[in-house]
Amino acid sequence: MIMPSMDRVDLLFLYRQMLLIRRFEEKSAEMYALAKIAGFLHLYIGEEAIAVGAIAALRPDDYAISAYRDHGHCLARGSDPGQVMAELFGKATGLCQGKGGSMHLVDAPRRFMGGYAIVGGHIPLATGLAFATKYQTLDLVTVCFFGEGAIPSGQAHEALNLAALWKLPVIFVCENNRYGMGTPAERAIALYADVAGTARSYGIMAERVDGMDVLAVRDLMRKVVEQARGGKGPFFIEAMTYRFMGHSMSDPAHGHYRTKEEVEEHRKRDPLLLLKQTILSNNLGAEADFIQLELEVGEVVTAAVRFADESPFPPLSDLYDDVLAE
Amino acid sequence: MLMSYREALNQAMREEMRRDSRIFLIGEEVGYYQGAFKVSKGFVEEFGPQRVVDTPITEAGFTGLAIGAAMAGLHPIVELMTMNFGILALDQIVNNAAKIHYMSGGQLSVPLVIRGPGSAAHQLGAQHSQSLEAWFCHVPGLKVIAPATPHDAKGLLKSAIRDNNPVIFIEAQLLYGTKGDVGDGEYTIPLGVAEVKRAGRDATIVAYSKMLLLALEAADQLSREGIEVEVIDPRTLKPLDIPTIVASVKKTGRLVIVEEGWHFCGLGAQIAESIYAAAFDYLDAPIQRVTGEDVPMPYSRPLENAAIPDKARVIEAVKTLCGTQ
Repeated sequence: MIMPSMDRVDLLFLYRQMLLIRRFEEKSAEMYALAKIAGFLHLYIGEEAIAVGAIAALRPDDYAISAYRDHGHCLARGSDPGQVMAELFGKATGLCQGKGGSMHLVDAPRRFMGGYAIVGGHIPLATGLAFATKYQTLDLVTVCFFGEGAIPSGQAHEALNLAALWKLPVIFVCENNRYGMGTPAERAIALYADVAGTARSYGIMAERVDGMDVLAVRDLMRKVVEQARGGKGPFFIEAMTYRFMGHSMSDPAHGHYRTKEEVEEHRKRDPLLLLKQTILSNNLGAEADFIQLELEVGEVVTAAVRFADESPFPPLSDLYDDVLAE
Repeated sequence: MLMSYREALNQAMREEMRRDSRIFLIGEEVGYYQGAFKVSKGFVEEFGPQRVVDTPITEAGFTGLAIGAAMAGLHPIVELMTMNFGILALDQIVNNAAKIHYMSGGQLSVPLVIRGPGSAAHQLGAQHSQSLEAWFCHVPGLKVIAPATPHDAKGLLKSAIRDNNPVIFIEAQLLYGTKGDVGDGEYTIPLGVAEVKRAGRDATIVAYSKMLLLALEAADQLSREGIEVEVIDPRTLKPLDIPTIVASVKKTGRLVIVEEGWHFCGLGAQIAESIYAAAFDYLDAPIQRVTGEDVPMPYSRPLENAAIPDKARVIEAVKTLCGTQ
């Protein structure tokens, strides 16, 4: 079925964005194995449709903020893959000059306000960004990404209450990948079958969406972004998704907490595969387009790694820089 | 002009809010209630509820919200009804406010003041009587201020509001009603600059916030007994003005540090370390610390009094140093 929102250029762009994240993340895993990247590394593979679909509905001056699985959001916002990879390498040319790392990417000019690694702790920040735009009477929205693992946290509840109370223009995007690290939602969240219901209990409009379907995510986001921009207050999206890789690099693709069969089952609904099928079945693209995109993205990722590899580490004289602002 | 500490804080915020519309006040009961300790008296009437924002009882939530607003270019003042409640917001203060500038490689800033009363008042019990300044001072990325006089409170609060960093501004419930001369007209006091509150030659006392008043009383009495004490108020606890203390110790050779907080890992331990490192050869005796006792604050009056430094203990410490006891 061809929807009015389906346009060849748009769809191929969305595909390219998801492909960029996929190949970037695969390369990151490789670089981790080579010890070019250290510390914690949480891959976004399998969840690409959410960042790409949601951010496609934003204006460049809207705010986005994320948790620690943040590479996808940063790349979808348009950050330079070389600077992102350099940050993962801890290099001086990284987005944050090597001070942040994988979990703390920030790209202020692109209004990507950061990745935060205390679960639930950035959700109040998102309400603050939205509070500020409302205070400044700007028609901007803030989108806040987090996993369903943040839902039971107290900070999430305090933030949801404040957002609803003050009708803040913030869109909460809960990436429900079914596991908080290794603990399935049904063992962590009382309302696990309806996480969006948590938001509704605060009077926030909420909807569940297929987080593997980038068009469904984008179309819902377009609707709710306009609502929020128009002063209708916050919205909560529960995007159903699945993490194809382990929680982090120290966790195999399927651990003791889930089966190989379960992972394989979800891989059948790979968001890239779904969009490719849509494009092909609607004659909006051909195999050649995908081959071309693979080539392009492959070059971008290769160049990103080369840039990161060739960049210098920050000088030790940087250690005390930016502890305090001027 | 004679005014109370409370009025000085009110004036500082009022002047700054009139000057800059990016500044807003947020916290529990700051608006229509006029502040739990009436520091924001008249604010909601003058500035409206958009800039004087009453919150639900959610310190983590509204402190985090203020940090986010600061990241987007506003200059929030967060009032904690008491500093004790800041414990609920510690994740926001330590993990977000203090680190965002550094983690982002300088891309984002958090110009934010978090203010409210710390330390004990009269029999408020263990959960409402804490001096937590050492906790905040421990964290890179925060500035910490604890003024003792109305004049300092006003000038330092104005500077804190104009600073581009998160500043923890610690008041004291028992100081709100105290009065003092406040400079006329527009003035600010720079952060990180101590002040010699009383000159002397025989020993130096370093004391801040409520403890400064105690130190000055002790100095008066010691003076009558022929011991001239120099009293220094660091005013800003971080960054700490070590050179002013060192200069005094080089003159007197003796140092007493008074703080209301717990002894173990207290701020005085850090000050002592700094002075040993910078002026060891000038010391005629080991540095003396007068601190709160290492117990949760008891409710009962005699027990509470025993847990908090008093004038007699300060005098005793000075006399021990001077060899007159």
